[in-house]
Amino acid sequence: MQKSLHIVPDKCTGCLQCEAACSEHHEGVFNTARSKIKVFNFHEEGRFIPYTCTQCDEAWCQKACPTEAITLNVVTGAKEVNADKCVGCKVCTIACPFGTVNYVAATGKVSKCDLCGGAPACASACPTGAITYISADATGHDRMRDWAKKTATQA
Amino acid sequence: MAWTKKYLRVNLSSGDIKVEDLNMTWAAEYLGQRGLATRYLVDEIDPTCDALGPDNKLIMTTGPLTGTNASTAGRYSVVCKSPLTGAVACSNSGGYFGNELKTAGYDMIIFEGKSPEPVYLYVEDDTVELRSASEIWGKSVWEADAWLHSAHQDPDLKIAAVGRSAEQGALYAAIVNDLHRAAGRSGVGTVMASKNLKAVAVRGTKGVGNVKDPARFKEAVAAGKKVLADNAVTGQGLPALGTQVLMNVINEVGALPTNNMQTVQFEGAAKISGEAMLEPRKSDGKPNLTRNAGCFACTIACGRVSTIDPTHFSIQDKPQYQGNSGGLEYEAAWALGADTGVDDLDALTFANFVCNEDGLDPISFGATLAAAMEMYEEGVITDEHTGGQALKFGSAEALVWAVEMTAKGEGFGKDLGLGSKRLCEKYGRPELSMTVKGQEFPAYDPRGIQGMGLTYATSNRGACHLRGYTVASEILGIPVKTDPLESDGKADLVKAFQDATAAFDSAGICIFTSFAWTLDDVAPQVDAACDGEWSTERLAEVGERIWNLERHFNQRAGISAAEDKLPKRLVKDAAKVGPATGRVCDLDKMLPEYYKARGWSDDGVVTDEVIQRFNLPA
Repeated sequence: MQKSLHIVPDKCTGCLQCEAACSEHHEGVFNTARSKIKVFNFHEEGRFIPYTCTQCDEAWCQKACPTEAITLNVVTGAKEVNADKCVGCKVCTIACPFGTVNYVAATGKVSKCDLCGGAPACASACPTGAITYISADATGHDRMRDWAKKTATQA
Repeated sequence: MAWTKKYLRVNLSSGDIKVEDLNMTWAAEYLGQRGLATRYLVDEIDPTCDALGPDNKLIMTTGPLTGTNASTAGRYSVVCKSPLTGAVACSNSGGYFGNELKTAGYDMIIFEGKSPEPVYLYVEDDTVELRSASEIWGKSVWEADAWLHSAHQDPDLKIAAVGRSAEQGALYAAIVNDLHRAAGRSGVGTVMASKNLKAVAVRGTKGVGNVKDPARFKEAVAAGKKVLADNAVTGQGLPALGTQVLMNVINEVGALPTNNMQTVQFEGAAKISGEAMLEPRKSDGKPNLTRNAGCFACTIACGRVSTIDPTHFSIQDKPQYQGNSGGLEYEAAWALGADTGVDDLDALTFANFVCNEDGLDPISFGATLAAAMEMYEEGVITDEHTGGQALKFGSAEALVWAVEMTAKGEGFGKDLGLGSKRLCEKYGRPELSMTVKGQEFPAYDPRGIQGMGLTYATSNRGACHLRGYTVASEILGIPVKTDPLESDGKADLVKAFQDATAAFDSAGICIFTSFAWTLDDVAPQVDAACDGEWSTERLAEVGERIWNLERHFNQRAGISAAEDKLPKRLVKDAAKVGPATGRVCDLDKMLPEYYKARGWSDDGVVTDEVIQRFNLPA
């Protein structure tokens, strides 16, 4: 079963445990500046919104890469950056419509979510269930259930 | 490790900036944050110095866990001598600033001297510069925050700043970070402004590592988070209602100070409670509370994000208050509400927003306004003093007017900025000041919660609930239930809470974890992260050392045990309503027991034996 990250912004409290976990997993230190998932704080609106790569099937980043540094992990479905091949040209950062591929000046390479090889650290760390890792075919089921429940109580 | 072992020393007089090595001998004795920075302060300033003069120093400091993923590990503290109390000040704040400072590679920043011109400190990892603050001096915290983000074109910049109240010399001005988290008490913002330091803007990209045993740390952190999630207070009550979960509870037990502590129950309590914040309002169908929020790494998320009713009189033509911002916490709701007799939730939220925008401690502001209201009703303060504004208990208009005047330091707001003690002295009614050592009480009446009376009287930073929250035991039964109306045994309870709190405050975590955690839960996390071995016993010893260090500093600053006292109202005038009816606070009975438990002399002096036992500086 292919899984994907499922984000429910309404549950996010802005604690950044996901960013701490992501950076710790990939860098070995807690460093929110290096996190591949970012929580955006919309202060006026009173909302926190976690955002990261959705692993497009036909990925713009992958298609744009001139060195074939971005490859598909057939087990997880993640598009992964192969650091050995990445030349830091940043074309993928332009190609991605969502901005979820980013250049890291310190390494001279780009960086994006790789689903941690199938056990995303952000989802494990999230204390409120705002980020879960569930069947890619069923990310709408919770919302369907909520609406179905409304129908059930109305009937 | 966990400490970065580096800190910044910024001389504002000369502009010199140095990176220095952390004193690891002291770190072993004082852990970090509150304890360690106080050790530096004690070493470096004359306790008798003018708190608002160049000889005072201001230390922004993190703990060893700050910036890790331990729950709530995003805290930082500000340590200096307080202009409000003359005692040591240590104010703790959450948000994201503490993590950012640590991530930039520094355990703390020591500011010394006074800048000839308004400046702000810019930190981007190894780039550390003092820059002109001429564009933001005279502006609110929110305006300064917006300007700094724009000037540096960096949305991830984390900013701690002072507002106009601090610049104008209000003695209880706060340092506000991330727009609405505050190092709130004891006037640390006033000290910052006195140094012509408007803001500290930090961007860190180095990260926080050097955890001693990463695998064990991961386990200890996960275990700690589980305890918080499974606990009714930290797992359910605080996320749902915030600290405002307490409003109705404390009112019911007859310990909600009302109308400048004249009585202990407030008729309007339910209207300003956490439950009321969830009620949809008529105008737009939305409740006051938009959602809860967590500071960095916090898995409790007690923070409030709120809006004011768009039709409320306070915000007409004031767009900056019409969106979401940091909402009411219990202490603020009490001070701005019950203590002033105001039961208008939107007026309280407005006052809270203004306190955030211009950096006022809402506890001290509300309590000072309450004292002014009592003097106004007595006729001591008149319309002549206020410029025509009536200051009656219960008046939302008066609250809204007063908070803006105080935030900007205008008119009678200047008087309110003096704090309750100096205000009451100025108008010849010192006994109406509800303070200890010059700092205003928070939201628990010691007639109805006896242990809090002793906590207030002996707190090293003046009246405060965050120096030993025996409410946890006396009301909530954490870790064991004690009778709030009983003073027997409270001396030992207060001492235990004070020492444990000092250890929590020195680790980089939030004291609210202690609703669920004891030092037994903290020790494994500190031990896995930090050099050396850190047991529960060692943390308790560190806490006791810190308490004695602070007390000894205060003693040398000229604050004697004679100031371990409560206003007459609380020890002579019995509560007239509720479960505490007929009770006064038994401070006279508890105090000698407390001195004994501390090993101090009968007259409350830290003895040579204690100084030697804890290796305190002479």
